Amino acid sequence: MSTSATAIEPGGRGLARAISPRAVAWAGGALGILAFWLTLPPVTARSPLVPLVVGSLGIAAGIWSWRGGVPARVWRTVVAMGVLGILLGWLATRSNVDSLDQVFVWSALIAATLRAATPLTFAALGGIISERSGVVNIGLEGMLLMGAFFGFLGADKLGAWQWGIVCGVLAGACLAAVHAFVSIHLRADQIVSGFACNFLALGVTGYFFIEVYTDQGTPGNVSNIPSLSIPGLRDVDFVGAAVGNLHILIWTGFAAVLLMHVFLFRTTIGLRVRSVGEHPKAADTVGISVYGVRYAAVIVSGALAGMGGVYLSNGITHSFNENLSAGRGFIALAAVIIGRWRPVGAFLACLLFGFTEALALRLPGAYGEDAAWTTLFRTLPYVATLVIVAGVVGRSVPPAADGKPYVKQ
Amino acid sequence: MSDAETPETPEESTEGTEDTGGAPEPPPENTADRLAQWQKAGGVVAPVVTAVLAFLVGGLVVLGTGSNPIEAYRGIWNGTGLEWFFQVGSYEVGLPFSDTKVWFPWDPSSRAAENLQQTLILTATLILTGLAVAFAFRCGLFNIGGQGQYFVGAYFAIWIGSSFAGMNSFLHIVFAIVAAALAGALWAGIAGILKATVGAHEVITTIMLNWIAYFTGLYLFGQGGPLQNKEQVFSPTSNEVLEDARLPVFWGDPLLQGLHVGLFIALGALVAFWVIVNRTTLGYQVRAVGFNPDAARYGGISVARNYFLAMAISGVFAGLAGAIDMLGWRFSIGFSDIQSGTIGFVGIAVALLGRNTALGVGLSALVFGSLINGTATRNIPPDVFDIPEQAGNLSLTIQALVLLFIGADILILYLWRRTGQVLGVGGRGGLVGKAEPEP
Repeated sequence: MSTSATAIEPGGRGLARAISPRAVAWAGGALGILAFWLTLPPVTARSPLVPLVVGSLGIAAGIWSWRGGVPARVWRTVVAMGVLGILLGWLATRSNVDSLDQVFVWSALIAATLRAATPLTFAALGGIISERSGVVNIGLEGMLLMGAFFGFLGADKLGAWQWGIVCGVLAGACLAAVHAFVSIHLRADQIVSGFACNFLALGVTGYFFIEVYTDQGTPGNVSNIPSLSIPGLRDVDFVGAAVGNLHILIWTGFAAVLLMHVFLFRTTIGLRVRSVGEHPKAADTVGISVYGVRYAAVIVSGALAGMGGVYLSNGITHSFNENLSAGRGFIALAAVIIGRWRPVGAFLACLLFGFTEALALRLPGAYGEDAAWTTLFRTLPYVATLVIVAGVVGRSVPPAADGKPYVKQ
Repeated sequence: MSDAETPETPEESTEGTEDTGGAPEPPPENTADRLAQWQKAGGVVAPVVTAVLAFLVGGLVVLGTGSNPIEAYRGIWNGTGLEWFFQVGSYEVGLPFSDTKVWFPWDPSSRAAENLQQTLILTATLILTGLAVAFAFRCGLFNIGGQGQYFVGAYFAIWIGSSFAGMNSFLHIVFAIVAAALAGALWAGIAGILKATVGAHEVITTIMLNWIAYFTGLYLFGQGGPLQNKEQVFSPTSNEVLEDARLPVFWGDPLLQGLHVGLFIALGALVAFWVIVNRTTLGYQVRAVGFNPDAARYGGISVARNYFLAMAISGVFAGLAGAIDMLGWRFSIGFSDIQSGTIGFVGIAVALLGRNTALGVGLSALVFGSLINGTATRNIPPDVFDIPEQAGNLSLTIQALVLLFIGADILILYLWRRTGQVLGVGGRGGLVGKAEPEP
């Protein structure tokens, strides 16, 4: 800590100048994760001192990087990760080793995380493009549900998972078109309209679900999303089990994140979308069709959420039930906020939420009777979002014109 | 022309009040302004048109699926029990809580009466969840968290109602209700505090709080949870509310889910809402902040304090809704109740259709209560739909359409203003201020 004071003084000691505060912050974050990881299999440190010491080092690194002048949200995140690492690590040392071994099969856990994160990722990307164009989309949940049902129906009735994707994406886009028309042309309150979309999706999917499948439930022999088995990778010891045999929509999801990033920040059309979301009047003045861009963005948003829904029903559950989405659209919304309206950031948030979902699925099996507390894990995405919007670890600022209808001049 | 994107000037912000000619103002661009316009327009035309349109389109949906919409709506109408009012005759009724019998023009124990009791049970809850949304709206806040606040209130009501055996019945009920109301207030107050201190958008925070309440409930009453019914280890449900803590039934058979006194709590809340909003300093301040936070701040009103209070009071209403549901007719809460709970969300539609006024919320709660009860599976005659569960989905669709048409509502108002201006009768800008950026 003695070097920290000199770090910001010009002409400080060599060491302090050689190490950038940002690198220290990254190292601190890694220490926070390490504090938790050390208590888990395969290391399974049993002494609570281990996470305490490692996590404290992480917190110290966070404070050091603060003195070095990194932005508040960076060092606060690092400190928060250190604290979380200590807490979770301490919890893990209190648990019995058998249960830990059962839950933390890392390769399976990684695969489950990626599976759970993919519907969220698609929906979050949809949320990003819609909100970047200035239309709040609370209806993501409904669009996800539409995609889930009609994706399943398409795959079932038309006999191929490709048709499922087409139907699901179209269904999501159709609901988004309703949202777009009401909130762009009729200038309705976007939150009311988005909320209506959620109700509408519940009613419509529920109706057709009962109409088509009555009491029988969905059939089990529907063409499902296939896996992509990578020849070189699938036989590698650990990696093979984790990512050697993933569904193709998971890989599509990765690609979509990168594409969306490039689209928004490296292309002219992306710039137009963002300008419409930040300052529609200026965009209008230079000849960009504000309504056109917003319509396109919202409909693409619905299509993406629909794609997430298709993966949910046709890739994960292999069945459909009323209200299958069960709040995933809102988790995606949370990921958009935590990721600060950026594709990569939102994707990382989706991975975190996917991890909590994968954990919550595995914990009850390992802890049996007294597994009630594992349900509380599910609140994590929402608590994290509350913490973020409360500004505890850096504020998340939406596009300037987000949620404001635009009146053509 | 007012527009959110231009930097404001004082001249612009008073434009509305002196807009005497020329082009009409476009619809306002944020929730608070929109509401201000709705309040001002005040009439019943737009909400009625909204509801009628929604039912018409709902009928088209029924038609499209091969059922007869007129029969479907007749079935729903019969299920609501509202025809009870038209079955006038000569009957006797026992005064509540006594043995005296008096003459009464309606049959208190017909089939319609039983249906009407169910409708009114739902109406009472919807009044409260509607008020929870409406009160925050008057302060310019969109409280989407009614469902979460309802849950938290319900959890406390269940917990207190099912423990403290041997307590005086009246005190027990009051204790449970007050605790539920306070819990709702606290839950909503979190969103209020975040809005007041760091400006966190209440829509986001209340959505998150909804889901936290949801999963907390699944934990509390789930298998092995701390409040799970210990006698039925394998069913994820709570303990039953004790007899002493149940709300008295004043109409109908208590064993057949008669109408409980929660209705009077809801009606009392309507009156309280009206008094607070229209006759107290607090209500004045809340409305001032709702119309224009910056002007309110300039006038010496603490915007932060009102944001918090508005949310907390909204939470009281939603918490009360949870309490009267649990103590009045549900008596226990389980996994499936939590998973299928939408009564708080319907409150949004109730408040919007009722234009955030006391009378409006009361009437639209009756509309939605009737709709939901009328479409309950047991009430639908089997020949209307092939599968009776479809009626519930029709009800969801109609609720969604009401919400969507409320969006179009503003367009109707806009056209009304425009024609009004041409005729020289309407179109005064009135209270509509300029769109203000979020603090």
